[in-house]
Amino acid sequence: MTPSTNTLERTNYLNATKGFMSWFWTIDHKRLGLMYMWSVIAAFILGGFFALKIRMTLMPGAVDFANQTAEQMNAYNNAFTVHGAVMIFLVIIPSIPAALGNFVVPIMLGAKDVAFPRLNRFSYHLWIIGALLFTGTFFIGNLDTGWTFYPPYSTGSTDNTVILATLGAFILGFSSIFTGLNFIVTIHKMRPANMTWFRMPLFLWAIYATAVIQILATPVIGISLLLLLVEKTMSIGIFNPELGGDPVFFQHLFWFYSHPAVYIMILPGMGVMSELFATFSRKPIFGYKSIAMSSLAIALFSFIVWGHHMFLSGQSQLMSVIFSALTFSVAVPSAIKVFNWIATMYKGSVAFTTPMIYGMSIIWLFGIGGLTGLFLATLGTDVQFHDTYFVVAHFHYVMVGSALFGFIGGIYYWWPKMYGRMADNAMTKLAWLLAFIGFNLTFLPQFVGGSRGMPRRYAGYGTEAGYDSFNYWSTIGAMILAVGLTMALGTLIYSMFRGRKAPSNPWGGVTLEWQTPTPPPEHNFEIDAFPVGDPYDMNLCEYKGEEEGFLPVNPRADDPCVADVAIDPVYFEPESENAPA
Amino acid sequence: MSSTTADAHAGGHGHGHDHPKHLAHHFETLEQQYGSGKLGIWTFLLTEVLFFSALFVAYTMYRAQYPEVFQFASQYLDTNLGAINTIVLLFSSLTVAWGVRNAMLGQHKMLCINLLLTLACAGGFMGIKYVEYSHKFHEGTLWGGHVDSIFKADPADISEDMKEHSHAWNGDGELVAVKDLDPVFRQRLGLFFAVYFCLTGLHGIHVLIGMILLTWLLLRAMKKEFGPDHFGAIDFGGLYWHLVDLIWIFLFPLLYLIS
Amino acid sequence: MADSSHNHDAHDDHGLAHPVPLKLLFAVFFTLVGLTILTVITGQMTFAGFDLALAMVIATCKATLVCLIFMHLKYDKPFLGMIFLFSVLFVGLFLAFTFLDSNEYNADINEWVRDNMTISQ
Repeated sequence: MTPSTNTLERTNYLNATKGFMSWFWTIDHKRLGLMYMWSVIAAFILGGFFALKIRMTLMPGAVDFANQTAEQMNAYNNAFTVHGAVMIFLVIIPSIPAALGNFVVPIMLGAKDVAFPRLNRFSYHLWIIGALLFTGTFFIGNLDTGWTFYPPYSTGSTDNTVILATLGAFILGFSSIFTGLNFIVTIHKMRPANMTWFRMPLFLWAIYATAVIQILATPVIGISLLLLLVEKTMSIGIFNPELGGDPVFFQHLFWFYSHPAVYIMILPGMGVMSELFATFSRKPIFGYKSIAMSSLAIALFSFIVWGHHMFLSGQSQLMSVIFSALTFSVAVPSAIKVFNWIATMYKGSVAFTTPMIYGMSIIWLFGIGGLTGLFLATLGTDVQFHDTYFVVAHFHYVMVGSALFGFIGGIYYWWPKMYGRMADNAMTKLAWLLAFIGFNLTFLPQFVGGSRGMPRRYAGYGTEAGYDSFNYWSTIGAMILAVGLTMALGTLIYSMFRGRKAPSNPWGGVTLEWQTPTPPPEHNFEIDAFPVGDPYDMNLCEYKGEEEGFLPVNPRADDPCVADVAIDPVYFEPESENAPA
Repeated sequence: MSSTTADAHAGGHGHGHDHPKHLAHHFETLEQQYGSGKLGIWTFLLTEVLFFSALFVAYTMYRAQYPEVFQFASQYLDTNLGAINTIVLLFSSLTVAWGVRNAMLGQHKMLCINLLLTLACAGGFMGIKYVEYSHKFHEGTLWGGHVDSIFKADPADISEDMKEHSHAWNGDGELVAVKDLDPVFRQRLGLFFAVYFCLTGLHGIHVLIGMILLTWLLLRAMKKEFGPDHFGAIDFGGLYWHLVDLIWIFLFPLLYLIS
Repeated sequence: MADSSHNHDAHDDHGLAHPVPLKLLFAVFFTLVGLTILTVITGQMTFAGFDLALAMVIATCKATLVCLIFMHLKYDKPFLGMIFLFSVLFVGLFLAFTFLDSNEYNADINEWVRDNMTISQ
């Protein structure tokens, strides 16, 4: 039985127009969001392939360490370079903003599209071009500089693939900038009448803060990569000590972007978390204002700490001390959020749906990731940990454990809205379990190994080094993680064709995206203005059974999309002084 | 501001609502559309400021580190040409601001004239730049890594045909051969030119992009596409052009007027 | 070149934006030219260490005029101007930290170059 608010058998944005061009040349933010999502997933598989290559190489006994050829070692350098660059530029940075943000943000605002739909489409096409340039490097040489492209190696003896790769990253930067620009203008200008800043869902705050970072920081990586290109092709001399230049200057340029970039990765994930915890505790989010403000605080503080990536690069002692002290400040807003999410669950009615399970596991994963970051922020301990697997484990806990799991949780959460089908069953939860176990098994040993000096970016260690057990369990974990994530993807694809048809509000969220049929029509909403109230007032809708999901308590008479249902729905309690015109 | 949708599919509501010709489907009012465009272009200008920032940082760093190098090298830049270029760009800013006013008031012919004038100024700017650049390539006053640069640390690396060009005024008002300068000093002169070419080169690329933009606007203006309720494109294109001017306002004293 | 700026309603019907008076545009232009001439002249002179500061003050005055009048910020919502100032602030931040750093370690580098770098004459 199809729920009454499900439009799979009617016209919706998925079937409104057909054909490749109607998708590739669309300006519909929902279609763009979906295309981004699948593109990012494809890039993730590519990056994951290289991750597995790394872990297989490091499996004790896999490679004859003593007799490794230069070619093998170069191949390893290539593997971690491509893994890093693909995952960072093609996957994690676009993931939530471009895929989920594009789909959800306009609907959450009650709008028909983002402020600049054609710019949005252009952003996506730029992503495609950047992706092609990156994958092009496979065919022309061996990219082995590490994703950080440091001179003098990248501008000197490495081959010319770095030119193609930096060009790709440069173009991807513009994709990111235009997405951020679009969201800033959309959130400023396209909110409905009563949605003041502090009545916005927290996901929008997160996207807004992310967009602020995107527009401020990304141009700097753009110019840095451009300078790198000019240095490599024309020997301009800015980073070359032989010509009077300064290679540490490149690192300042690079990390001025790349540190805020990690907050581009995590903030949207935190936005998803706020939505998940509120909805699945059936409670208003605890500390709305402090979460909103902490999103902005994280965005701003992220710009004053980049030197903590450069403690061992030749950076002066003065600046190292300053950066170390400032870095501690960034931990505070993040911690505030974690406490607020946990407090949201307290005395709530917690539903263990798949998205919520991802969300709850992020508390553990982000907890570890964030706390280990403090060891790296501390100048004294970082001297020991820099360039070891401690760093690798830390950033995987935050980038994969928090940002990626947030992305996956968000996909499961908004999946019913995207495809009109449910994907929340024993298999999806089993996939999570495998991914969670596999992830922890992969990276926890790396903390220990790293603290015992296991250096990163080495093609092997030999048994005498004593790192064999860490590498062994880490590789086993990686294989389990791969199975778990593959299964998660499989369950989503299965649900597209065989999933139970979803009602428009299966989870009981009160934000505007749940107030439109699923999948939404092309122009998002069937009815005119609706008053906007508290986005987390869970009393406004009630559970009507598994098939119909949640329906509004006070229905509104003029909503044609649910005209078949006995109750006429309205989605918010109209606030009398702000009734729509 | 009400958020009534002017959607033809809406049941009952918003039907008689006149959808203005220039209003995009996803906006509700012209004010919202114009305001969004304005916020959008200013946000973009913010990214452009950050884009140039690295080069200004490079300039500051290297000038602070090697002040005599910068002072010496700056003499190779023609202050007169730089000043003319500054005036040219300022004038182009005037004409494009005037053009925005024309568009707001529906003065189509003046708008076309002003856009054309702005384009001409841009072309003039690039022309003078071309003269300056070709002079430099001819003289070998280039960044250190260029094969024809006269600013290599080792005089043996300076190509033969460039050696005859390499003379400059030193601090005591004497004309000396560049190859007789202190080698480290000479090598660092190349750094000044690295910064010079990066800054003016990137700026020049932005001028070229601006010229393409202005041409597109001119073509549309000739078709009378702009008017009092539809002048956003001119306004926003003009803002971009002003930024190009703004950057040059700072570049000129920083590069040309190091006394 | 007849200007009909006073022929429309005192407040534009569409109220989208306010056309800048032509006299003001020209006044600003000539001021900018004057400031340019000023900066060229003072650029030839020396001001006991304040050369760069003076040039930057003049450039900032010019930039302010362009921003306020040509770019319409005087008549726009303050938020837009704040965006621009914000961007300059961040550039300043970037500059300050990077410059502080390079300043600190450059002394060491220059010393090493002095002592160790030998280039064939």
